[in-house]
Amino acid sequence: MNIRLHSRIRRELLTALSVAAAIVLWQVVAEFIVDNRIILPSFTDVVAAFLSPAVMNSLLIDLGTSLLHFGVGLGAALLIGIPLGVGMGWFRTLDSLADPIIEVLRPIPPLAWIPFAIIWFGLTTQAAGFVIFVGAFFPILTGAYTGLRGVPKTFVEAGKVLGCDTNLELIRHIALPAALPAIASGIRVAMGVGWMCLVAAEIFGVSRYGIGHKLWVSYSLQNMPNVVVYMLILGFLGLVIDRLFRAYTDSRLLRWRTGEVV
Amino acid sequence: MGRVIINSLSKSFAKENESITALRDINLEIRDDEFVCFVGPSGCGKTTLLRIIAGLETATAGSVTLDGEAITGPDPKRGMVFQEYSLFPWRTVTENIAFGLEMKGAPKSERSRTAREYLDLVGLAQFADHYPYELSGGMRQRVAIARALANDPDVLLMDEPFGALDAQTRNRMQKELLSIWEKTRKTIVFVTHSVDEAVYLADRIVVLSGRPGTVREVLDLPWARPRDRTSTEFADIRRYVLQLINEGEQTQ
Ligand SMILES: Nc1ncnc2c1ncn2[C@@H]1O[C@H](COP(=O)(O)OP(=O)(O)O)[C@@H](O)[C@H]1O
Ligand SMILES: [Mg+2]
Repeated sequence: MNIRLHSRIRRELLTALSVAAAIVLWQVVAEFIVDNRIILPSFTDVVAAFLSPAVMNSLLIDLGTSLLHFGVGLGAALLIGIPLGVGMGWFRTLDSLADPIIEVLRPIPPLAWIPFAIIWFGLTTQAAGFVIFVGAFFPILTGAYTGLRGVPKTFVEAGKVLGCDTNLELIRHIALPAALPAIASGIRVAMGVGWMCLVAAEIFGVSRYGIGHKLWVSYSLQNMPNVVVYMLILGFLGLVIDRLFRAYTDSRLLRWRTGEVV
Repeated sequence: MGRVIINSLSKSFAKENESITALRDINLEIRDDEFVCFVGPSGCGKTTLLRIIAGLETATAGSVTLDGEAITGPDPKRGMVFQEYSLFPWRTVTENIAFGLEMKGAPKSERSRTAREYLDLVGLAQFADHYPYELSGGMRQRVAIARALANDPDVLLMDEPFGALDAQTRNRMQKELLSIWEKTRKTIVFVTHSVDEAVYLADRIVVLSGRPGTVREVLDLPWARPRDRTSTEFADIRRYVLQLINEGEQTQ
C-alpha cells in the first residue's frame, strides 16, 4: 500500500515537472528566440488572452454552443448507428442490403459533406451537427457491427437452450451485452472523430458562438494568443470527454471485464 | 419424466461439394432418471448426437423424442452444459443461474430464491455476487450445471463438462455430480472421451465407433455407487471399453 502510494506520488511529481518544463521552454523560445506573438505567442500572452474580456465574456456560451453541436451530431450517430450496426451484425439479409451503400459512403471525408449540410439545413445547429454526425456515425456503426459479429456462438446457443428464443430476446439478453465492449470502443473512437469535425463544422459560420467558430474569428483578426487559448480548450475538453466516458463505461457497464486483459 | 428415444437417426454435414456422414442409423432408448454416458474416439459424433437431442442441430433422417414429443428445436426442457466456457461473463453467478427463470418471466423473488437453492446445491453460496472471471474452471462448470438445473429440465445434456479440468478437480466434480443427480433425479446424458469417467458415472455406457458414428455396443453397469476405481471389475470393464474403442478406430 505504502509502496503504491509512493509510486503514485512519484508519477504525479514527474507529470508536474514535465508540464512545468514544457511551459518554461515555451516561454523562453517565444520571448527570446522567436519574439513575435503572431508566429508564436508566449505562455504569458496566452494566459493574459484567456483572462481577457474578449474570451471570458462569452466563454460559457461558446462552450455550450460547441457541446450542443457535438451532442446533436453524436446523439444522431448513436440513434442511427447502433440499431443499424446491431441489425446488420445479426441479420444477414440486412447486412447484404446495407453493406454496399455503406462501403461507398464510408470513405467520403466528413468535411466533404459541408456543402450539403448547408444546403439541407442552412446555417443552423443541425448543419454543424450533421457534419459531426457523419464523422461519428461510421465508427459507431462498425463497433456495433463487429461486436455483434463477434458474439461467441456458445453464448447464443446457451441462451437458446435456456429459453431465450426470439431474435429480439437473443439480441437484448445475449448479443448486446456480449458486444458492449466493442460498442463502447466504437463510441469512443466516434467521439474523437466527431470532436475533430467540430472546428470545421463551426468554421463555416453556423452560429455566432462556439469554440471552433471563435478560433476562426480570432485567426482572421490575427489574434494568435486567442487562437492558442481556443486550441487548448478544444484539446482539454476532448480529453475530459474521453476520460469521463471511459470512467463511466469501465465502472458501470463493463465491470465484468475488469479481470480480462483488454 | 425424461425418456429419450432415438429412432434410426442419421446426420450428415454438407461440406463444399461433398457430404460427411457424422452419424448413421442410431437407435437408442434412454430411460427416465437414467445416467447414460456416450464414449467414443474423437470425431465419432458424440457432440453432434448430443446437440441433436438438445435441438441445436437437426437430424438428416430419423427422429428423437422426449416423452413422446418430437424434438424440433432448443427448449428449456432439455438443459445443456457445454464443453467450452458458456457462462455469460456480464452476469454475476446468481444472475447466470437465474437466466432461464428470467426468460420464463418468473418474478424476482422466485428467481433469487431458486438461484440460491441451486447455488447451495453446487456448494457456491458464498460466490453469489461474483462474476465468472473470478471463478476457477471447476467452479464455473458447477455454475453452468446449476444454471441448467435451475430451469428444472427433464433431461440434462452434458458435453465433456469436465474435459478442461485437472485430474483432481475432475474426480471431485464427478463425485459431486453424482450426489446432485441423486438429489434431483434427472435423466443425464453425459458425453466424455474418458472411459474411466464413464465407468465411474454411468448406469449405461454407449460406445460409439467413428466415421460414420454408429452405436457399437451398449453396456449395463448395474453397480452401486460410489464406485471403487481400483477394484478389478472396474479395471476389467475399463479395459474392455478401451478395446472396443481401439478396434473401432482401427477398422476405419
Ligand atoms: N457444423 C459442422 N459442419 C461440418 N462438419 C461437422 C460439423 N460439426 C461436426 N462435424 C463433423 O462431424 C463429425 C463428428 O463431430 P463431433 O460430433 O464434434 O465429434 P466428437 O464430439 O465425438 O468429437 C466430425 O467429423 C466433424 O468434423
Ligand atoms: Mg465433442
